[in-house]
Formats: sequence, structure tokens, C-alpha cells
Amino acid sequence: MTRQGGGSGEYVLSTLEAMVAWGRKYSIYPFTFATACCGIEVMGAFGTHYDLARFGAEVVRFSPRQADMLLVAGTINYRMAPVLKRIHEQMLEPKWVVAMGACAASGGFYNNYSVLQGIDKIMPVDVYIPGCPPNPEGIIDAVVAIQKIIETGAPRAAERWPIKI
Amino acid sequence: MTDERKSVALAKLAAAFGDDVVSTHGDFGDDTALVRRERIVEICTFLRDDPDLRFDLAMDLTGVDYLGETPRFEVVYHLYSLEKRHRVRIKVRLPEEDLSIDSVVPVWAGMNWYEREAFDMYGIVFRGHPDLRRILMYDEFEGHPLRKDYPKAKRQPTIGPAE
Repeated sequence: MTRQGGGSGEYVLSTLEAMVAWGRKYSIYPFTFATACCGIEVMGAFGTHYDLARFGAEVVRFSPRQADMLLVAGTINYRMAPVLKRIHEQMLEPKWVVAMGACAASGGFYNNYSVLQGIDKIMPVDVYIPGCPPNPEGIIDAVVAIQKIIETGAPRAAERWPIKI
Repeated sequence: MTDERKSVALAKLAAAFGDDVVSTHGDFGDDTALVRRERIVEICTFLRDDPDLRFDLAMDLTGVDYLGETPRFEVVYHLYSLEKRHRVRIKVRLPEEDLSIDSVVPVWAGMNWYEREAFDMYGIVFRGHPDLRRILMYDEFEGHPLRKDYPKAKRQPTIGPAE
């Protein structure tokens, strides 16, 4: 978008795509899927001290059908995996996924028979947040990263998924 | 039968069931009896109903895998009496080739999920259990993960959304 003119005759030149992206960027509706201690940090991020509302992502939706961003915060085991997958499928396009913390990103230190070794085994992940648990700044950083993806039109993880190794 | 700290529960149990009580001890205040599996339901009913014992609260049931020993598996019952305020632990050894024992759900209904857990994790079959299904793992899971010979790094296919 470029600003033109001056005084009372100011106007903006843009494309429709850029306008829509600008609107999306500042109105990300998150859906938090908190299963472990990461969920506490999510509460901190949405609370008054860190205040995720400053980035336009404060309207937490408790229905996946109304959400844009799935924030997976915590350990996902094999019994929970189908539930999480179903929730991801219920979200409308365009949608973004954040894997928060070591467990959601890689299984963390739960290298055992019951824990899914990273949610990217079952769904595309756009942003990973490292940490165990990450601090609220990490969540803000992930939201800003997703804003960058929206703004620049960078390909979403869904377009390069499943990952081929 | 040499420990003098042994409680009334172990004494009555040994007197009532004789050779079916293999050994008992009261070390560190933990009254423990190793019994034969054939009469486990009778023994549990006795412990629940005897007026001096009244073990009315089934606190826990778990399996143990002593890999390399014979018999390999063990089932442990932890019992508590709310009225008498005493505890006892009953152990039963089970061989790998016939890994089954009578269910004590008819004695304590609360043992239902514990027996399902022991079945899920160790593959111990509880005969006469009303609903012996997996409780922690999903139905498609193969094997019993708490057995000592279950490979630590083994991964099973991820299941899709349940239809």
C-alpha cells in the first residue's frame, strides 16, 4: 500500500488482496488447544500484562469454526491426536497453526509409546515456538510471524504438507 | 511367619487359607501377603467381610513385570479399611504362558478400571471381568506398553479422527 497526496486530499493506492490481507492481519481469531503447562503461558499472553490484544489477536474463539489460528499448547498423545485433527479440519480456510512448546513441536522429552512426536505428523504447522514452556513473548512473536505470512502472501504450511524427508 | 510385628490381618489370612498363603511379612509396617491365584476371589471376599478386617476400600490394583524371573508377572492389590483404619497388600504371581486371574470386580466394583488398566498395560486377563477393554491406549494399539520387553522407541501408526 502506498500513501499519496497530502493535507485533506490524502488517499491510498492498493490492491484488493493487500487490503484483505491488512484486515486479516489485525484480526486473527485464535483457538487455543491447551493440554499442558503451555496453556498457563497462553493465559499470561492474553492477560493484561502482555496483552495480545495489542496485536489484534485477542478475540479467543471457543468454536474452531470461527477461528483463524489454532494455537496448540501442550503435549498431544495418540488418544488426543484424532480430536485435534478433527478440530483442525473444522476450521475454515484460511487457517494457520502454531505449535507451541517442545511437546507440540516434537514430543518434547516424552519420547515414549503414548505421545505424538510433534503435531506436524498430523497437520501442517506454520510457526513453531521453542521452549518448555515458552514465555508469553514467544506467543507474541508467533502472532507477529503469522502477521508477516499474511501480509507478504508467503505460502502457508498447508501448501507444503505433508513434509517429505 | 517369624516377624512379630505382623498384623491381625495377616494372621487371620494365614489361619484361614493355610497353604494358599505362600508367604507374609510386615516389614516397615507394610503388611504384605503373597497368595496363590486360584483362591484370590475367596481371599478378597474374606478380607472384605471378616468383622475384624473389613477391607472395604479397594485403593489400587496394578501389574508388575519381573522380566527374567519365573513366574514373570505379578498382580498387586492395595486394600484399606475405612472402619479399622488399616491396610494390607496382596500379591499374586502369574506365569507368562497362562497370564490370567479371576476378576475381583464382584468383590469391589471399584476394581473395574484398575483391572482394565492392568490388562491394557501388561496384557493380564481378568476372568469374569464385565468389560475387559483397553482403558488408556486406543483399541488399534498393538502390544502392552508397560511390559519390560516393549521397545521404548516403537511407534505405531497414528489413528485418524474417529468416525
